[in-house]
Amino acid sequence: MSRATYITVIGLEVHVQLKTRTKLFCRCSTEFGAPPNTQTCPVCIGMPGSLPVMNRLAFELSLKTALALHCEIPPLTKWDRKNYYYPDLPKGYQISQYDLPLSRDGYLDIRDPKGRFEPRRVRIIRAHLEEDAGKSMHDEVAGKADSRIDLNRTGTPLLEIVTQPDLRSAEEAKAYLTELKLLLSYIGVSDCNMQEGSLRVDANINLHLETPQGLVATPIVEIKNMNSFRAVERALGYEAERQYQEWQDTHRTLGEVPKQTRGWDEQTQQTRAQRHKEESSDYRYFPEPDLVPVCVSPQAIAALSASLEELPAAVRSRLETTYALDPYDADVLINQGRSLVDYFEQTAALSGDAKRASNWIQQDVLRTLNERGLGIETFAVPPSGLAALIGAVNRGELDMSRAKSVFQHMVETGATLENALQALGIRQVSADALVALCRELLAENPKIVEDVRSGKLQALGALIGQARKRNPNADPGRVRTICTELIEQSP
Amino acid sequence: MSLIQLTAAQLRDGLAAGQFSARELTQCCLDQIRREDREIGAFLQVASEQAMIQATAADGRRAAGRLLSPLDGVPVALKDVLCTAGQRTTCSSRMLADFIPPYDATVVGKLRDAGLVVIGKTNLDEFAMGGSTENAALGTTRNPWDLERVPGGSSGGSAAAVAARMVPLALGTDTGGSIRQPAAFCGIVGLKPTYGRVSRFGLVAFASSLDQIGPMARTAEDAALLLESVAGPDPRDATCAPIPVPAYARLVREEAGPRTLGVVREQFGAGLDAEVGAAVERVVDSFQARGVRIRDVSLPHSRYGIATYYIIAPCEASSNLARYDGVHYGYRTDEDAMLRELADERRSAAAPQDVDSPLVRMYRRTRAEGFGPEVKRRIMLGTYALSAGYYDAYYLQALKVRRLIYNDFAAAFEEVDMLIGPTTPSPAFRAGEKLADPLSMYLGDLYTVTANLAGIPGMSFPCGFTRSGLPIGVQLLAPAFQEARLLCAAHQYQQQTDWHVQMPERP
Repeated sequence: MSRATYITVIGLEVHVQLKTRTKLFCRCSTEFGAPPNTQTCPVCIGMPGSLPVMNRLAFELSLKTALALHCEIPPLTKWDRKNYYYPDLPKGYQISQYDLPLSRDGYLDIRDPKGRFEPRRVRIIRAHLEEDAGKSMHDEVAGKADSRIDLNRTGTPLLEIVTQPDLRSAEEAKAYLTELKLLLSYIGVSDCNMQEGSLRVDANINLHLETPQGLVATPIVEIKNMNSFRAVERALGYEAERQYQEWQDTHRTLGEVPKQTRGWDEQTQQTRAQRHKEESSDYRYFPEPDLVPVCVSPQAIAALSASLEELPAAVRSRLETTYALDPYDADVLINQGRSLVDYFEQTAALSGDAKRASNWIQQDVLRTLNERGLGIETFAVPPSGLAALIGAVNRGELDMSRAKSVFQHMVETGATLENALQALGIRQVSADALVALCRELLAENPKIVEDVRSGKLQALGALIGQARKRNPNADPGRVRTICTELIEQSP
Repeated sequence: MSLIQLTAAQLRDGLAAGQFSARELTQCCLDQIRREDREIGAFLQVASEQAMIQATAADGRRAAGRLLSPLDGVPVALKDVLCTAGQRTTCSSRMLADFIPPYDATVVGKLRDAGLVVIGKTNLDEFAMGGSTENAALGTTRNPWDLERVPGGSSGGSAAAVAARMVPLALGTDTGGSIRQPAAFCGIVGLKPTYGRVSRFGLVAFASSLDQIGPMARTAEDAALLLESVAGPDPRDATCAPIPVPAYARLVREEAGPRTLGVVREQFGAGLDAEVGAAVERVVDSFQARGVRIRDVSLPHSRYGIATYYIIAPCEASSNLARYDGVHYGYRTDEDAMLRELADERRSAAAPQDVDSPLVRMYRRTRAEGFGPEVKRRIMLGTYALSAGYYDAYYLQALKVRRLIYNDFAAAFEEVDMLIGPTTPSPAFRAGEKLADPLSMYLGDLYTVTANLAGIPGMSFPCGFTRSGLPIGVQLLAPAFQEARLLCAAHQYQQQTDWHVQMPERP
């Protein structure tokens, strides 16, 4: 049976934990990793009579993110209650935003530096703020089904960012997440640490198949439990194929079965149908009467826009135009974060050689940072140091292999270029001295001279080696040139 | 005259003059409670020891000249929906029968900071849902004027305690009339402030957009004193207005009375008890006799008040009461019995998946056992009205009518300073009379719910008695944040009448 052609249609819902010190509606700490139930108060555990009070900073970080995603910000937004019963939801409802979210209709552009898919504008339906639930730990030791609940996370601010079903492959989904994470970290609103749950992803996916009867859509499936971007990519890849197979078997299309929720199983690398909830989800949304609507003035939006950091997309285009980096190189730098981009730009400006600056940073600087577990902020070689080194190489004052040693020395000691050269005993050798050295060597090695004359140019290598033994500062390139010239000039 | 006969203002002056101590005063209240409350049942808890400790501290402060406020040492009772740190707060529900909050409600903190002596917690309809204090899981309260009759509700315990001279001041809460109606039934003053005038932090929520805490006392002046003590902005309640508190206790004496009063004609139609109607007309006449211009006004949408209220309040309640699920605090069903029940059902079930999970069964049993019938009724009403497909027809529609009701008031207050009418359609009814007929119980809120829906202040004060000796209340309504008008008008009325001085005759 031949395979029908289909396109994969994916929409993502991302929950981002905002970087606030305190929770969304109380003053409890949001810090990760404290002993269970130590970061709680009557408000976040929903004790009788307690009332929520909005955290302004969380709201501003949300607005900032929405602006970075090119969203519209309505002048008025309000809070709603989403009602459902679960032990890690102590109030029996989650304070969220339903019909008047704080932002809507934005977009995020994605592309693949390796060109595996066409650049795409992913439309954002909305970004809204809500409180997180607690964490349930189900201990399913045989015979004793005990569940434990940690409410430390309860009430942590979450920004939910929902895309239109604009993504067409697992790779695109991953690229969207990568770009979103980058943006969130550039504007400083989230740590985006998936292990700590500060970024969580749910996906909706189905297939549009071309059949002799026309275009048909498979039932939409929501996928949960994906704990890394790689898991998202794999889960979506798996699910697309699974839906294809299922369609082959059942020919069931969208609307014929209720929407299914499937969980990604990291162990088996499969999605599995999750147990149906006791009741179909009717969240009985209604306006939260304990909070007042929030008005956002045009002035507030203008002020936030003005304070918004440069976005990765803008940085990327600058690296490609101003510094003529190719998309791949630009991406490597950008993905390392804003500080590294700053480091690059300063180095490029000071050395006047963006390409070499980019190479040095991508290879030597990043390797060193990785090896030492350092950030660029604490790196011993300032942009001026690296720029000086690049300049010396470009002027022919240092060969590449010596330059690497000098770099190593600068990394280890924090020395300036001059001090490093001095410490390593590296000096410029004068042209005369170099010619004298070459003459000496040629005189001592008639066999090599003979070989070169007969066309075996690689024999020069031995001369270069000897030259560097006698004078470590001798530039191999120049030794080679001088020797060649001398041999040609001699009768 | 016994200290229990004195008003809070007189007690304040007596304490200041050294005529008696806070200990003596508190002891008098405790003695009166011991005498009267066996039959009336106003209190769920009497904190005798703690009250005496607080009174002793108040006397100490007075001796040292470090008074916290003029009311330092004056006793007060709290409706048992107001959280008290370290002291049970039950809402008269099995669900919270043993619940001890680790925090004080903002109003309770303010009273403590002002040195008032908290005598105890008063009874109410479970979670403040009801108008008779009969829907109470932890005891019923009777009307001090006639023990066969209800004290009204839901703040029936506070009203009865004040009426029976057990305490000069009490706090109640009012979601649809729960301060004003029991005040009318018990012959005392009850004020529901503007929504946002008093912090709701620590008030166990029934319907968040309607609930307000307010003073219950025997005189308008006392109500002013208590309101002044508890009102004001609160950083812990986002719905509490950032508006400074007027000096109500001073204004009540100094401010000029109303110039124009609007008589709400719709409130004198069918369903109004003739004796109540006549008494209220006499109040109108007495204002007119003192030169107040009287005008008829219409609130055309007020006839939808009950319907609107019984959508909005249950919707909010269904969500507010979701937290009582047996997981984190409060009542939880007997787990062993529950597991046995599930095991039996699984054995006989056709398909095991038809049987609840232990979690769901725990929720169901806990809530079935923990809530009383009226609370369940309202949770079901609200859950239904908020369900997908019904929201627009019920909740959204109710919000629109709520706005129209507000507009009616806004238009009326363009014409008049205040509105006047009966607080309740009838005087206190007999215990048990309406228990089997929730709808007739709901109709008792006819004249009071609109103030909650519009967020405006309303006040009931005594204006006479029926031939059978039951108190009658009259209600004044004012624009938002104009509590001083209400207090002032009622104070002037009380200067010329002695209804509020009458005391239930007890054998």
